[in-house]
Amino acid sequence: MTQATDKLIIGGREFSSRLMVGTGKYASFEQTARALEMSGAEIITVAVRRVNLDRSKESLLDYIDLKKYTLLPNTAGCYTADDAVRTCRLAREAGMSDFVKLEVLGDEKTLFPDNEELLKAAKILVAEGFTVLPYCSDDVIVCKKLEDLGCAAVMPLGAPIGSGLGIRNPYNIRIILENVSVPVIVDAGVGSASDAAIAMELGCAGVLMNTAIACAQDPIAMAEAMKLAVIAGRLSFKAGRIPRKLYANASSPLDGLIG
Amino acid sequence: MQIVMNGDPIEIVAGSSIESLLKQLDISRERVAVELNADIVPKAGYEKQLLSDGDKIEIVHFVGGG
Repeated sequence: MTQATDKLIIGGREFSSRLMVGTGKYASFEQTARALEMSGAEIITVAVRRVNLDRSKESLLDYIDLKKYTLLPNTAGCYTADDAVRTCRLAREAGMSDFVKLEVLGDEKTLFPDNEELLKAAKILVAEGFTVLPYCSDDVIVCKKLEDLGCAAVMPLGAPIGSGLGIRNPYNIRIILENVSVPVIVDAGVGSASDAAIAMELGCAGVLMNTAIACAQDPIAMAEAMKLAVIAGRLSFKAGRIPRKLYANASSPLDGLIG
Repeated sequence: MQIVMNGDPIEIVAGSSIESLLKQLDISRERVAVELNADIVPKAGYEKQLLSDGDKIEIVHFVGGG
């Protein structure tokens, strides 16, 4: 197995990179563009917001080569299925693509998903032909329900959005991986490159992050670190790690020792 | 005449279509989506769709997000 042939397929589309990145919280659009480039990501998330009439002439999309990236519009800030569905319909009209990152939040403090509203929205969106990638709890039952509804992937959180706490419950992620067939992408919670590698070593199909890169002291360097971590984690998973043992096992031959 | 755009009342030329409103506001049609009284207006309908006094219109676009 080599990295070159190990493609990620979502909604019938093939991607070489397993790192997906957000475009929020950067210091400037130039910085966003450079970080995206360095991350190697092919799928990037965007938010849908009202056009501001007092805006400057520049917008994020002036800095992004749409031939290089697949836009994944999100429903960030939506707390009901109705608002999320409405946002997705607008996103499809604005972006001419069916891909959506569906998030329906339950609470401003935790930004945890409202799974009931999430399932309701997912059902409507799948019926309308969207390729739905839902941000969800790290709960296998919810993930299975999302898969059964026809979502193209499931995106359980590693930890709260923007928290940088890492993969807080790797066992839950493992249970999800063993019980759903669609790609499992850890979305939210990654803080450092090792967190991303852990997600990939668990067997996840990809990792989605924003804050860990955008709010790092050097976002461009962190984007590269994340790119390498996702590649390394994936290769490590595919290569198959050694079993953990309590005691030592010498790496050098025991025969031929002097004396 | 007056319409409500993105939550704020604005004065526009009577008889404006969505196409002409976007031009008046200097907004590129390619990168936005428009909702008129809670229904999405497909891009192909921007020229045909005329606005009436009191209409509620939402014009959205993509911004940075996670």
